[in-house]
Amino acid sequence: MSGGRGRLALFGVGGAAMAVLFALAVFALPDPGGDQHPYRDRAVPAAVSHATANVVSSVNFDLRAMDTLGEEAILFASVLGVAALARPAAGEGGRRRVPREQVLDAVRATALVFFPVTLVVGLDVVLHGALTPGGGFQGGVILGTGIHLIYMAGGYRALLRVRPLELFEQGEALGMGAFAAAGVAALLVGGSFLGNVVPTGRLGTLTSSGTVELLSIAVGIEVASAVVVLLAAFLTQLLELGGVPEADQ
Amino acid sequence: MIRYAYLVSIAIMLIGVFGMVRARNLVSLVTCLSVAQSGSYVLLVAIGFQRGAPAPVFGSPASAPTTKVTDPLVQAMALTDVVVSATVTALLLALTIQVHRTHGTIDPDELTSLRG
Repeated sequence: MSGGRGRLALFGVGGAAMAVLFALAVFALPDPGGDQHPYRDRAVPAAVSHATANVVSSVNFDLRAMDTLGEEAILFASVLGVAALARPAAGEGGRRRVPREQVLDAVRATALVFFPVTLVVGLDVVLHGALTPGGGFQGGVILGTGIHLIYMAGGYRALLRVRPLELFEQGEALGMGAFAAAGVAALLVGGSFLGNVVPTGRLGTLTSSGTVELLSIAVGIEVASAVVVLLAAFLTQLLELGGVPEADQ
Repeated sequence: MIRYAYLVSIAIMLIGVFGMVRARNLVSLVTCLSVAQSGSYVLLVAIGFQRGAPAPVFGSPASAPTTKVTDPLVQAMALTDVVVSATVTALLLALTIQVHRTHGTIDPDELTSLRG
């Protein structure tokens, strides 16, 4: 294909130029592994002064909480976009059907064993976001995907029964709204938007870190709901509106 | 001399873009875009790395607070990066569904006319 060859040539020129410029830039940078990290030298004392053991969470939910609000808004808007794009088109709704699948017993047993374990791990990662590696984003993804173990165990019909989609759509809005509301509340109480106004407690305990923990939970709710709503949009497309080859049904 | 960590990041990015150029299918094009984006994770984590320094997590099970840790700021930015990458992938896949619906193909070479 001539168009493909032209594109490849264009990529060759552009990619080579980019590689050369990047290599030149890299050799003017300090070597990785050095001890010069000015942002770290400021972020770590700031996190410790708010009794937050996990400095990454402190950066996300305290020091740069404003950016996380924007990031959540990106997630919210993109889930909204996917839900709008993937909704059944006019005339497609009439063909809705719920397929029956056969699930292997071994798969069913494994999924049922891991379903509660995954939910507990997800909750643990969300709730300990200020103490150990993790937080609302990571735990939310574990929770959102963990719910789909029911799909592995019982097929699409079982998933439809345990996953009231409307609840998760509301959960997404709730998480987003709670984050923004926490910011406004901090503005009213402490005079700065998304400031850490809750008593920060003692470093290393569950009740430490003030708003980091609360914002992490809000993000966990939003991310878990967002994953469920996203996967629901794609699963509806695939399983209810056709696209599944006959052999798979 | 571990400056090659930076070069790995640009290599991953270029491999991803190469895949996008060669893609004959919008789904693999979207996948290659997320490969290209993963180069930035390597770059960010490499910038924050310090030889012999542990992760920036303190408290009773871990160590006492010290500034001799890897840079938490770039790690938080890598997390933001992952989230943005996931949302972009989801949105592009939904657009792919839409393209398939309106054009009946997801081969980018066959998507030449401005039909909608």
